[in-house]
Amino acid sequence: MNALSHPAAKQRYALTDPFWVRWGLITTALLFIAMFLCLPLGIVLIEAFSKGWQAYNAALMQPDTLSALRLTMLTAAVTVPLNTVFGVAAAWAITRFEFPGKSLLTTLIDLPFSVSPVISGLIFVLMFGAQGWFGEWLIAHDIKIIFAVPGIILATLFITFPFVARELIPLMQEMGSEEEEAALSLGATGWQMFSQITLPNIKWALLYGVLLCNARAMGEFGAVSVVSGHIRGLTNTLPLHVEVSYNEYDFVAAFASASILAGLAIVTLILKSLLEWKQGKH
Amino acid sequence: MSILLTNISKNFGRFAALHNVSLEIPEGELVALLGPSGCGKTTLLRIIAGLDQPDSGRVNLNGEDKTDQHVSDRGIGFVFQHYALFRHMTVFDNVAFGLRVKPKNLRPSEADISKKVHTLLDLVQLDWLHDRFPDQLSGGQRQRIALARALAVEPNVLLLDEPFGALDASVRKDLRQWLRHLHHDLNVTSIFVTHDQEEAMEVASRIVVLNQGNIEQQGSPSDIYDHPANAFVSRFIGQTNIFDLQQEDSFWLKNSGLPVPQQTSKVAHVRPHDIELSKILTEGSAQAVLKDWQHLGALIRIELLKQEPNGSFTTIYAEMPNEQFKQLQVNNGDTVSVRIRNAHWFH
Repeated sequence: MNALSHPAAKQRYALTDPFWVRWGLITTALLFIAMFLCLPLGIVLIEAFSKGWQAYNAALMQPDTLSALRLTMLTAAVTVPLNTVFGVAAAWAITRFEFPGKSLLTTLIDLPFSVSPVISGLIFVLMFGAQGWFGEWLIAHDIKIIFAVPGIILATLFITFPFVARELIPLMQEMGSEEEEAALSLGATGWQMFSQITLPNIKWALLYGVLLCNARAMGEFGAVSVVSGHIRGLTNTLPLHVEVSYNEYDFVAAFASASILAGLAIVTLILKSLLEWKQGKH
Repeated sequence: MSILLTNISKNFGRFAALHNVSLEIPEGELVALLGPSGCGKTTLLRIIAGLDQPDSGRVNLNGEDKTDQHVSDRGIGFVFQHYALFRHMTVFDNVAFGLRVKPKNLRPSEADISKKVHTLLDLVQLDWLHDRFPDQLSGGQRQRIALARALAVEPNVLLLDEPFGALDASVRKDLRQWLRHLHHDLNVTSIFVTHDQEEAMEVASRIVVLNQGNIEQQGSPSDIYDHPANAFVSRFIGQTNIFDLQQEDSFWLKNSGLPVPQQTSKVAHVRPHDIELSKILTEGSAQAVLKDWQHLGALIRIELLKQEPNGSFTTIYAEMPNEQFKQLQVNNGDTVSVRIRNAHWFH
């Protein structure tokens, strides 16, 4: 999780093992990566194109696939900005203020990481479902949350909310608040301080957090699966669409959708490496 | 601008950082807040700046009550201990920051800002570094840039938190003199925090000694050195030998030529340079054995061992000019007679 860790600059003589140990470890690591990371990714692509480029294209152009893609984009477009704002606010509160319940908040931020995503989804069903706490009231007012888009967005919000805060808190703790105090003592307003001093200092970590948040928002399966109801063309996100297609033996459609997700993951990784490299330079 | 603090108290949880501190600083002074770490000096400085709020008490700047005013409206310049330069900005942009964040109707034009920044950088003799980033500067350079940045907004009061704390000894010496001259030229009321009594004596026109959240003494450096108000100040400023009359030092002190008061509850503080040594041992002279000596440049510091009636030894430090020590012609292990010229007496 720590974006600031650097690889050791040069090999240390005392830590250098005999030739066979070094190459044994390197080979094991490479084989493992090949088997469990590269091979599955390759299979996704091979299966997606098994019936040729046109079948792939046709599978992607199905209305259900397009709607799943649209829903995934919508979910990310809503949750990522909200969690960015929340993450910055939480990191600011935790690193700059003393207040009762601060350590509790710090712990709670990690809750979505420690709870199984299925449970996270279930929480929302128990709250907003027909038999849930607010169920009757919602039905009375004709508001649909569960088995509808709002539920998917809520569940995704819950799952992805730690990412930005978790990136920012250690960085802001390490930076301290002297630069911000200096800005204030020079006559800056609170907003000038934030936009001209704080934001430039945290921007790479913030972008990194947003990127991870986005990757998870697009890829989340468990929690979304519980609240979505799998209504084709309406409440299926891309990961759910992959599962539905696969279960219906529509392998090309399943793997074509999966290839989009895999592509997003690769783009995310490339951007992440770029950001880490940028951050390392600063 | 004059500064008037009345009954300032501040607690951090159960720890009382300041108790009822009142202090008046006339315009144009260069004041040192001096004390050991944890004495409340930085807290006091931050309260004057408005970076911290006192639990009770008022802060008056130039006759105006500024206690409830935000730091950005107080017209102070603050130089942080670790400089707090904006790391993503060049030296030029750092110094220009205070001018650029002014409201539109008060903000100078970019050309005026540029002129002013270069003037300030000339003042701190670092204009040639204007396009560098803070992490490309040495500690002494960062310190001076931080000062230029604080001066850019033409503060009424300049506040410096341990300004020389993080610098090499030689850089520190130069900067002390430089700060004193700068203050002389600008004549802006300035307060700096330090735990180094030598630094306070060398730079400040007035010293305020703090201990455990209270002001122990304030006055000019010579006042504080020559007339310490209490045992704490005497121990903290300069080196001191402590003789306790209850520990049967009384007889020895009388023999050293020091008039000893009648009450035996007193403690004598003797500066090392108030001790004279001689090789002539007479009946009834106060004697000690020379254990070792160190060369401090112009001065020699001498370690003497005084034998107590119970057989144990206590160390006494004396100082004298190099030449005088040579004339004395003593070696380690010699017994010498001790004369004490002057002492401060405390309870």
